[in-house]
Amino acid sequence: MTVTPPPEILRAPLVVEFPFTRSLGPVQSAFLTGLRERVVLGVRTESGKVLVPPVEYDPETAAELRELVEVAATGTVTTWAWNPAPRPGQPLATPFAWVLVRLDGAGTALLHALDAPGPESVRTGMRVRIRWAAERSGAITDIACFEPYEDDAPGPSTGTGEGRPAAHDGEFADPVTGITTPARLDYTYSPGRAQTRYLYGLAERRTVGERCPSCAKVYVPPRGACPTCGVATTDRVEVGPRGTVTTYCVVNIKAKNLDIDVPYVYAHIALDGAGLALHGRIGGIPYDQVRMGLRVEPVWTEGARYPDHYRPTGEPDADYDTYKELL
Amino acid sequence: MSAPLRDVAIVAFAQSDHRRRTDDLSEVEMVMPVLHEVLRRTGCETSDIGFTCSGSSDYLAGRAFSFTMALDGVGAWPPISESHVEADGAWALYEAWVKLLTGEADTALVYAYGKSSPGSVRDVLTRQLDPYYLAPLWPDSVALAALQAQALVDAGHTDEAALASIAARRRADASANPHAQLTGARPQGDHVVAPLRTGDCPPIGDGAAAVILAAGDRARELCERPAWIRGMDHRIEAHSLGVRDLTDSPSTRLAAERAGAFARPVDTAELHAPFTSQEVVLTRALGLGDEVRVNPSGGALAANPVMAAGLIRLGEAAAAVHRGDSDRALAHATSGPCLQQNLVAVLEGDPR
Ligand SMILES: [Zn+2]
Repeated sequence: MTVTPPPEILRAPLVVEFPFTRSLGPVQSAFLTGLRERVVLGVRTESGKVLVPPVEYDPETAAELRELVEVAATGTVTTWAWNPAPRPGQPLATPFAWVLVRLDGAGTALLHALDAPGPESVRTGMRVRIRWAAERSGAITDIACFEPYEDDAPGPSTGTGEGRPAAHDGEFADPVTGITTPARLDYTYSPGRAQTRYLYGLAERRTVGERCPSCAKVYVPPRGACPTCGVATTDRVEVGPRGTVTTYCVVNIKAKNLDIDVPYVYAHIALDGAGLALHGRIGGIPYDQVRMGLRVEPVWTEGARYPDHYRPTGEPDADYDTYKELL
Repeated sequence: MSAPLRDVAIVAFAQSDHRRRTDDLSEVEMVMPVLHEVLRRTGCETSDIGFTCSGSSDYLAGRAFSFTMALDGVGAWPPISESHVEADGAWALYEAWVKLLTGEADTALVYAYGKSSPGSVRDVLTRQLDPYYLAPLWPDSVALAALQAQALVDAGHTDEAALASIAARRRADASANPHAQLTGARPQGDHVVAPLRTGDCPPIGDGAAAVILAAGDRARELCERPAWIRGMDHRIEAHSLGVRDLTDSPSTRLAAERAGAFARPVDTAELHAPFTSQEVVLTRALGLGDEVRVNPSGGALAANPVMAAGLIRLGEAAAAVHRGDSDRALAHATSGPCLQQNLVAVLEGDPR
């Protein structure tokens, strides 16, 4: 077994960004459109409870809910939590309280932020009102936050009996029918033991796989384990640089941000000594002359961390029997 | 609740040392030693396992399809009978248990792992929330737990001093747990999101765990004192936080009832309470008295590899039965914000 000291751990920033586009049901559409118009709607359940924020189905009975009512923009804090260090994306950039607020007329509470000078000014039961965002699009963020509000408190509302909120038809001009929620998560990627060694090899323009100590198969690139034996791959084995095209496809659609003319060939290439094929682009030969068994070698460009593409070596084609197990 | 169709037991449990970072290891490299360890404990090889089920979430480390890579560590080729849940491994164990109850397999390997260190787990977990009303506000996991904690304080069920004493007890208990990440006395620290302080929150870290299940005589062959699963059930709260009574956990109570937990007292309970305040909710919901040993492992306050911490509760409870430290144990796992979804299992050892 080749024993070498573990190389320095590699790290790279990794950003996962995705805008989720979601359609809305009739109740959610009315609620979010209402926020845009500075109107807060709830939905009444069969038992008479008013849910704010409203949902399409009764959480207790699963019955379809459609009876919209308008509730107030003022309410009472039912619980809170002081956030001394706001995080990216949260409603306020300065310290604030997370609050669950039961709006007057509602029987349930809505989560949002409360803009308050400090934790000593927040308590359960305090009265608050909505601060509307200046620009509203039909989203929960149309509520910028809550703010403290001094009034003659109407007392905790149950949303069932007196002060019964007025019915609302949920009709607005130009209703919102969907939302797009952008999300971004930042990571620091570390590839782990096997792939770190592989990447260090590539930096020296060497392709180094790892052999399974049990079945002797050489994995390139190595992933750290042999999926047949379920054991760690250990022995490092340099493979290639030459290899054989085991199969390929012709790409006819230009990929975004990729400066390669179509059509081109993308192939599975079994490097000499490797137990499975890796994939790469084939260049230096017309696309319609690429064939199974074609012998190829990597082409490196200045400063690159991996081969730009593979080109024919000029050797005779490999015999099918030499690579049929690697298809 | 009717008796299970077949006797199924947890016959082995293994876990990694839980660490703040594992930059030197990929996920499969982290998981594999745990898989080998749990197999070694039973003398089984991969080929002896009838069904494999895992729990994990690609969002934690931001690696798409990492669970398929982790399968390499099982020896999944040629294809084995296998499944995955994008949830805590406790739910993978549930699936495996059902599989064994049907008689389609006699043994199962269940594993789970979480690598939280590459990302910011507080923010990552916001992506599991309601996408219309919650996710756009990015309410992080500590913030939501803190809202629940304040509700408990308001209701008079706890206070900051009581929470601090839970934190201290769990980390003291964890001193006897060689795999724990956070052990011994440590300061409660500042408010992360008040009323929760650093000490009330779980450590962030990476880790993995695995158990082996076996049915009937096979369980007796593989383990001297199998931890028989007498019942298991999982239930969920209403979706919206504002609809729930955050001071209670009716779903835990219902799952426990359906699992048969209240038929006779348990001597040990492993509760998946990442926050001190959630232990208050759970002990109240389950009616656990002082005579019950709660989280002798230190629980999630000592090591909280997300997606594995629930499975570890089942594993720790089973290991207590294997060792003879427990005759009847309750294990609980949770998922989602403020104890959204809860699983309860009852484990028993044969009479001694
Ligand atoms: Zn192998």
